[in-house]
Amino acid sequence: MATYQEFIQQNEDRDGVRFSWNLWPSSRLEATRLVVPVSCLFTPLKERPDLPPIQYEPVLCSRANCKAVLNPLCQVDFRAKIWACNFCFQRNPFPPSYAGISEMNQPAELMPQFSTIEYIVQRGPPTPLIFLYVVDTCLEEEDLQALKESLQMSLSLLPPNALVGLITFGRMVQVHELSCEGIAKSYVFRGTKELTPKQIQEMLGLTKPSPSGQQGRPMAAPNTTASCRFLQPVHRVDMNLTDLLGELQRDPWPVPQGKRPLRSTGVALSVAVSLLEGTFPNTGARVMLFIGGPPTQGPGMVVGDELKTPIRSWHDIQKDNARHLKKATKYYEAMANRSAVNGHSIDIYACALDQTGLLEMKCLSNLTGGHIVMGDSFNTSLFKQTFQRVFSKDYNSDFRMAFGGVLEVKTSRELKVCGAIGPCVTLNSKSPSVSENEMGVGGTTQWKVCSLNPSTTLGMYFEVVNQHNAPIPQGGRGAIQFITQYQHSNTQRRIRVSTVARNWADAQTQIQHIESSFDQEAAAVLMARLGVFRAESEEGPDVLRWLDRQLIRLCQKFGQFNKDDPTSFRLSETLSLYPQFMFHLRRSPFLQVFNNSPDESSYYRHHFVRQDLTQSLIMIQPILYSYSFYGPPEPVLLDSSSILPDRILLMDTFFQLVIYHGETIAQWQKASYQEMAEYENFKQLLQAPLDDAQEILQTRFPMPRYINTEHGGSQARFLLSKVNPSQTHNNLYAMGQETGAPILTDDVSLQVFMDHLKKLAVSSSA
Amino acid sequence: MNVNQHTPVASPYGQPHPGYAQPGYAPLDGGYPTPYAPYNGPAPAYQPGAPPQGYSPFPSFPSKAVPASPVSDLSSPLDLGPARVPPSSSAPPVSAPQAYNQYTQSHGDMQNGPPLMTQAPPRPPVSQPFSHGAVNMSGPPQSSHPPQYGAPPTMQQVTNQMTGMHISSGPPTPAGPGYAPPHTSQLPVGTAYSAPAPPTYTHAPPPPTSSALTQPPPASGPPAASQQYYGGPPPPSQPPFSSSGSLPTSQHQFTSSAPPPAPPSQQTFPPTSYSGPLPPNQAPAPPVSQQQQPYSASQPPFSSAPPPVSQPAYMCGPPPPTQGSFPPRAPPPSSYAGSFPPPAPPTTSVPSSQYPGPVPPQMQPPPSQLSPYHTGHPPPPPSTQMPPTSMAQSNHLPPRPQAPPGPLQQPPPRPGMQGGYSPQQNGAFGQMRAPQPGYTGPYPGQQNYGAPAPAPAPAPHVQKRLDPDAIPSPIQVIEDDKAKTTEPFTTGVRGQAPPLVTTNFQVKDQGNASPRFMRCTAYNMPCTADMAKQSQVPLAAVIKPLATLPPDESPPYLVDHGERGPIRCNRCKAYMCPYMQFIEGGRRFQCGFCSCVTEVPAFYFQHLDHTGKRVDCYDRPELSLGSYEFLATVDYCKNNKLPQPPAFIFLIDVSYNAVKSGMVSIVCQELKTLLDLLPRENPEMDSVVQVGFVTYNKVLHFYNVKSSLAQPQMLVVSDVSDMFLPLLDGFLVNVNESRLVIESLLDQIPQMFADTRETETVFGPVIQAGLEAMKAADCAGKLFVFHTSLPIAEAPGKLKNREDRKLIGTDKEKSLFQPQVSFYNSLAKECVAQGCCVDLFLFPNQYVDVATLGVVPVSTGGSVYKYTYFQAGSDRECFLNDLRRDVQKPVGFDAVMRVRTSTGIRATDFFGSFFMSNTTDVELAGLDCDKAITVEFKHDDKLSEETGALMQCAVLYTSCSGQRRLRIHNMAVNCCSQLADLYRNCETDTIINFFSKYAFRGVLNNPTKAVRETLINQCAQILACYRKNCASPSSAGQLILPECMKLLPVYLNCVLKSDVLLPGGDVSLDDRAYLRQLISCMDVAESHVFFYPRLLPLIKLESDVLPVAVRDSEERLSKGGVYLLETGLHLFLWVGASVQQELLVNIFGTPSFSQLDPSMTSLPVLDNPFSIRLREIISSFRAQRSRYMKLMVVKQEDKTELIFRHFLVEDKSASGGASYVDFLCHMHKEIRQLLS
Repeated sequence: MATYQEFIQQNEDRDGVRFSWNLWPSSRLEATRLVVPVSCLFTPLKERPDLPPIQYEPVLCSRANCKAVLNPLCQVDFRAKIWACNFCFQRNPFPPSYAGISEMNQPAELMPQFSTIEYIVQRGPPTPLIFLYVVDTCLEEEDLQALKESLQMSLSLLPPNALVGLITFGRMVQVHELSCEGIAKSYVFRGTKELTPKQIQEMLGLTKPSPSGQQGRPMAAPNTTASCRFLQPVHRVDMNLTDLLGELQRDPWPVPQGKRPLRSTGVALSVAVSLLEGTFPNTGARVMLFIGGPPTQGPGMVVGDELKTPIRSWHDIQKDNARHLKKATKYYEAMANRSAVNGHSIDIYACALDQTGLLEMKCLSNLTGGHIVMGDSFNTSLFKQTFQRVFSKDYNSDFRMAFGGVLEVKTSRELKVCGAIGPCVTLNSKSPSVSENEMGVGGTTQWKVCSLNPSTTLGMYFEVVNQHNAPIPQGGRGAIQFITQYQHSNTQRRIRVSTVARNWADAQTQIQHIESSFDQEAAAVLMARLGVFRAESEEGPDVLRWLDRQLIRLCQKFGQFNKDDPTSFRLSETLSLYPQFMFHLRRSPFLQVFNNSPDESSYYRHHFVRQDLTQSLIMIQPILYSYSFYGPPEPVLLDSSSILPDRILLMDTFFQLVIYHGETIAQWQKASYQEMAEYENFKQLLQAPLDDAQEILQTRFPMPRYINTEHGGSQARFLLSKVNPSQTHNNLYAMGQETGAPILTDDVSLQVFMDHLKKLAVSSSA
Repeated sequence: MNVNQHTPVASPYGQPHPGYAQPGYAPLDGGYPTPYAPYNGPAPAYQPGAPPQGYSPFPSFPSKAVPASPVSDLSSPLDLGPARVPPSSSAPPVSAPQAYNQYTQSHGDMQNGPPLMTQAPPRPPVSQPFSHGAVNMSGPPQSSHPPQYGAPPTMQQVTNQMTGMHISSGPPTPAGPGYAPPHTSQLPVGTAYSAPAPPTYTHAPPPPTSSALTQPPPASGPPAASQQYYGGPPPPSQPPFSSSGSLPTSQHQFTSSAPPPAPPSQQTFPPTSYSGPLPPNQAPAPPVSQQQQPYSASQPPFSSAPPPVSQPAYMCGPPPPTQGSFPPRAPPPSSYAGSFPPPAPPTTSVPSSQYPGPVPPQMQPPPSQLSPYHTGHPPPPPSTQMPPTSMAQSNHLPPRPQAPPGPLQQPPPRPGMQGGYSPQQNGAFGQMRAPQPGYTGPYPGQQNYGAPAPAPAPAPHVQKRLDPDAIPSPIQVIEDDKAKTTEPFTTGVRGQAPPLVTTNFQVKDQGNASPRFMRCTAYNMPCTADMAKQSQVPLAAVIKPLATLPPDESPPYLVDHGERGPIRCNRCKAYMCPYMQFIEGGRRFQCGFCSCVTEVPAFYFQHLDHTGKRVDCYDRPELSLGSYEFLATVDYCKNNKLPQPPAFIFLIDVSYNAVKSGMVSIVCQELKTLLDLLPRENPEMDSVVQVGFVTYNKVLHFYNVKSSLAQPQMLVVSDVSDMFLPLLDGFLVNVNESRLVIESLLDQIPQMFADTRETETVFGPVIQAGLEAMKAADCAGKLFVFHTSLPIAEAPGKLKNREDRKLIGTDKEKSLFQPQVSFYNSLAKECVAQGCCVDLFLFPNQYVDVATLGVVPVSTGGSVYKYTYFQAGSDRECFLNDLRRDVQKPVGFDAVMRVRTSTGIRATDFFGSFFMSNTTDVELAGLDCDKAITVEFKHDDKLSEETGALMQCAVLYTSCSGQRRLRIHNMAVNCCSQLADLYRNCETDTIINFFSKYAFRGVLNNPTKAVRETLINQCAQILACYRKNCASPSSAGQLILPECMKLLPVYLNCVLKSDVLLPGGDVSLDDRAYLRQLISCMDVAESHVFFYPRLLPLIKLESDVLPVAVRDSEERLSKGGVYLLETGLHLFLWVGASVQQELLVNIFGTPSFSQLDPSMTSLPVLDNPFSIRLREIISSFRAQRSRYMKLMVVKQEDKTELIFRHFLVEDKSASGGASYVDFLCHMHKEIRQLLS
């Protein structure tokens, strides 16, 4: 059998699943002792070019509370045309259409290589995608111009039959009617007034007054025509909308000296959500919110319009000094939930030098699967390209986006579902397999993921409930089935089913097996998600303490050491990197708020809980490549010792891409050696990291901040803050090295961290 | 003496007066309701008889009247009768009046003339309706009359015509009985009078009217009144009249003043109908032919008695004069004033004034009295019937009879002093007075007459009703004033009453504000509060601060005192004006208002000349003129910021009804051109006014018309519950910059909403939207709201239909005038604070609750226009003209008006379209050139006769160019310690303006019935006070009116009959609320024509003169004629059923009456002088009024004639309003009650 590495890789490629443990402890007690829960990272729509969707309905288990989908793990009696559900053991007859099956003639879903399979189903009329632009007009002229251009450009990227709508806001909120000829018409809402969805829909003329609403028919007719006024197929209103966007003016209300422009983001969103809610409930839709500053009035206000009161900082928040925080957060949460219920997702594109209130608004995207993009200006390539990338297409020329996803998890009886962490909301679907022990968003076996893309990854946490005294027979396997129903970007309704199984193992006897089945990368990410999830609601230090304790317990469990002898401590290969991940995680912006604004923290966390394993790991522990004349580019330790004068470093932190020229390189470059023919090789050396960076820039979403700096440059801080401070002003002389660059920090280095870890792990008192 | 008497009387009333405000009403109610009620009853009956109306009413009347009110009335009269006696005793004091006499005389003549004129022609028809008229009319009307008269006659021939007349109107019959008692007492007098009076009346209907009034007074206070009237007229008239026996004498007197008229009148008159009638009249025949006969009868009597003679003469005179001679007479009146002192006595003829002819005769109190008395007397003697008494009363009016009574009175007075008489009489009917003066000599005889006359006259008179021609005629007063006014009116003389509003005159500002800016009810204010209270004459001024002046008068100069701002008194803050007295060599000035001494700032210092005047006095408008403007400094601006240019925002209803009626497209079309005509101060420059556009139904649509846009943008605001402005930049724009976008918008609006199905509208949010726009732009301005329906959509200010006709006439009626929600009140307050004026154009198809919708316009100084059942075809012109005028007219914004007065009086109450947040500052979000504010003054101390009373009205406003200014109007009036002076210098038109506004506001808080009674009460007290204190003692049966107020009853009656106070069955609540609000900001000229419409006979049209108007009575209409009636709001062209074909061809281009299209709203353009001139007249009328008057062609006996009749205010109205004659009788009764 292949190594676990290969097994893991194969499973990930096929099913989009990475489990923390690939052998499952067979009892609750043992599972608890493993510290890292049985959990997995699941990428529901992992791109599977090799997986053709099949055109019929899945076969479901007939037991009412099971309804698992027929899968390769099921036992099938081909002669009796009966299959047994591997979750509830219900025996089900095949439907008539399966009359012809035999061992030689099996349907795809029974073939082992189709443990993940996608069905195209017919459910209701196909509904076009909907894109509702919600645009802030309180921008600088340049920004607005750039944004207008981006928006106009985006029209050409949209599927022609997609419906588009436009809401602009500043002091007022305007819903633009797109169907009218001649006069441009818009409905205006006051930015300071909180309106109920019903009021908004009435004001937009989306509902008929009660008297005539009694007969169902008349009600429906005006409804569709009414919605048409605001949401029109792109191909019909392309020109119209382009003109409209072209004529967009900056918010005309004067902004007095010392004030912020009045920005009614809260009401604008409320209108957008209500508009979609009233017209296309349960249809895939994206609300794309473009903001150039914080909401300054009305519900959802984040900061007042007085410039002399700065927007809240972490400091204010910790001191409970952020006036609007709770109210605004509550407001946006309610909004997000409403939107999620209807399957509409909300993107936030925030471009401003200061904070824009992402902290309060993050839930809009987090709960609905929307994107958050943060930049300094709409007039940057970061925004422009990122925005463009929202509309990227896959190998089938389909948009890499799916809507209205519902993820359901079925488990074997020995397992229960604790929860999920990712861009989802609970659907509150109670079933016997719901664990009382909540981790992340729990209490359900179904989640709504309003918007999905191929990289959207959820952390799923499980609990082994099998009692210690009821051993599972040898060779037994536990199974989990993920059923994802969604609206494909080509408007098809699809269901993707992934069924995975792992062997049970007795932790007492097979602890080595279990240890070797440990996927430390997945475990690190899954634990990090738990930590980040906790950080949203708990104090930073508490979360760090919790992480530390988990780490120490894990080391105690799996480390090999002599009691109270730190030097004897050893970890097996499968766990060796785990402490390092934790070290970097502790330093990461996901858990450290120092030097980050609340908005930035929210932004980072937002992306962390939705990216796949690879990206997540990059976020936790950035990758550092070194370019030199001494050999091909090589990954090097994320350590201050890697910062050498004659090297060029390329660091990818997911959010930033830093190219760092060592001191000597920088001097050479300043001397323009690269322009001399005889130093062609130097030129190539300079070019190499640029090319590699370009490759990363091409594919990453959101596009990272691209930083080209050198030794002593102010932007070098991005690098210096990430590397392990193995050399600092404190130990510089002790090390007495000419290599590497000292970091001016009091942070502990990885070495110190490990020393402490060992000491604690071997301590008998712990 | 008088005073004392008064006081007692007053006291009871006094209470009410103060109470007036409100509480007062209640108590008052009790008295009047009953009397009127009866009247009302009859009225309905009237209508049915419509065509014959004139007649039918009467007939019906008597019967009804008799049963109902009559009794009560009578009873009261009875009391009065006795009461009168005492007055007579008091009479002596009247001596003072003499002066009046002179005046009165002139007037009297004048009046007489006109009436005659008018009557003469119209009579035929007119006469029918009226008893007298009937006589003449006898032809047509007679038929009807007979019945009416039939009754009367029975009643009595006894009662003189006069009596008959009076009675006939309403009280007549009842009067008969009721009055009887009083009469008896009076009778003596009456008889005397009756004899003379009747003749006069009969002869010339016109005279009767005047005489009637005058006469009665004459009787009572003949001296004074008569003098005035007669003064002039008598002499002239006499000659012509000479024919008439004694009358001639009187006439002579008159003639002097009104000789010319007399002759003409005689000629025309006497000859034909009159002469004829007369003879018959003489014959007791009266009984038979009610009208003529009565007259004739009376005449004879008169003839027998000197007065009578004169009367006949008058009669003759009047008629002719009516047309031809009038003018002349008019002048005489004027002259009277001056010259007549002596003649004055004759003036007593005041009555005569009306009846040029009669007056003279009556001059001798006898004649005037005669008529009334005659009636009275006759009755008593002959039929002793009640009528007499009542008659007597009513008769008073009739005057003719008065003559006789006059004698009675005269006798008493004379004994005391003839002079005395005259004055008093003046007060009453000119005739009376006239007689005195003129007759003094003769009269002694008259007295005799009295005796004799009565005897003869009685019978005939009695029978007749009060002759409409014998009662004071508005037309004559107007014509007299016109004739009198030949020179420009200079304002330099303190306390000089200006010419009437109906007169064209030029004003020269010499230190007081032009009457175009400011008119007072009294130009001689009583010195003390006691006097004011006693007289009950309201002290008020009607101020029209931004009035437009005719081109030949220069607008107020603009004075700039630099950064320091206008110079003001330190204490009372009055602005520099001609009343500031410079002292200490010019270093200080003493305030004329509060006497505080203030330093003159160095830059303003100027030496004084030897008279104590500043040397630069005439170089500085503020030191020499009554009206001028100051440039205000930043201190006078809101928030200490110079104002932004104002904004005009057009808010157009685009609901189904609005689109369907064509309103939307008309407005949009018109706005395109109208936007070039926005108000500006310099015609060369573009207007700085910014414009904005909003359309709305259930939601509001704002438009961005920024010049940089290729297409306008529409912004829909559906959140009507909490209105806000969706955009700032691009909503209010400069017309020239955004012209293309605006035109595109205006083109598209009608299209966009062409298919709308939305029928619901909002209203409150619409105004809020405009208000918000102005707040956002920090400017003042005006909203033009074009609205169609009751705002029932869910929104603030939502209204429900509360039209409930059952409430009319109940105590809850007042609630219909009040806004149904308080929302609009607070909204109005906000608007005012921002300087946001609202003009509302309504196009309702049903009830829209004008009372509520109008709250904001009314409180912000805006206007309400209403086009019920608007049809693009027929109403377009009217609406567009109103709109054009409204948009273009000069207007000021964000105005505050403050009226300062000299110590002693204080401005206590204000009426008009404005808002007051405290008791002194009148805040007007907008003030245009048509808005007038009526200010009432009350004493808080004594005034001095030397310094008089000063008023300074300062209006701080933002001009349409955005300049902050202060407009100052100064006015000084005299003060008097004698009531007589007060009564001599009043202006009835202004008083009526005040009364109407007062009453129309009263209906908000009081039952309309109470309001009506209060009005009647106050009016009665005014007249009673006069009678008691200023008129010479005379029989209580005589009605004596002050010369200046002789039209008070007729005008007051018009107010009482207005749709607001006495709604007819077809008058909607909206109409009433609309009128109520409309009148509240009318100036005197408008209110005058509104209450007493102008009725022009179109026979011969001369190029530069208007035909002389005729009185508003069906009697005056000739079947063969065409008449033009103007009310200030409506214009009617009445075409008689047997109109001459030539006229039809000239006017309509068709010879056939039946082919006339009653729906036409404009006359065909025909190329003949008549048509050209007629259209000229119509357009000149329209130009005079602030609102376009839609022309309505009314064919006699067509359905639409009902509407037209409504404006014949001297007749009984369909809604139960009393006829002039009836009301006069009623008034008289009230007065008598007071006096007793």
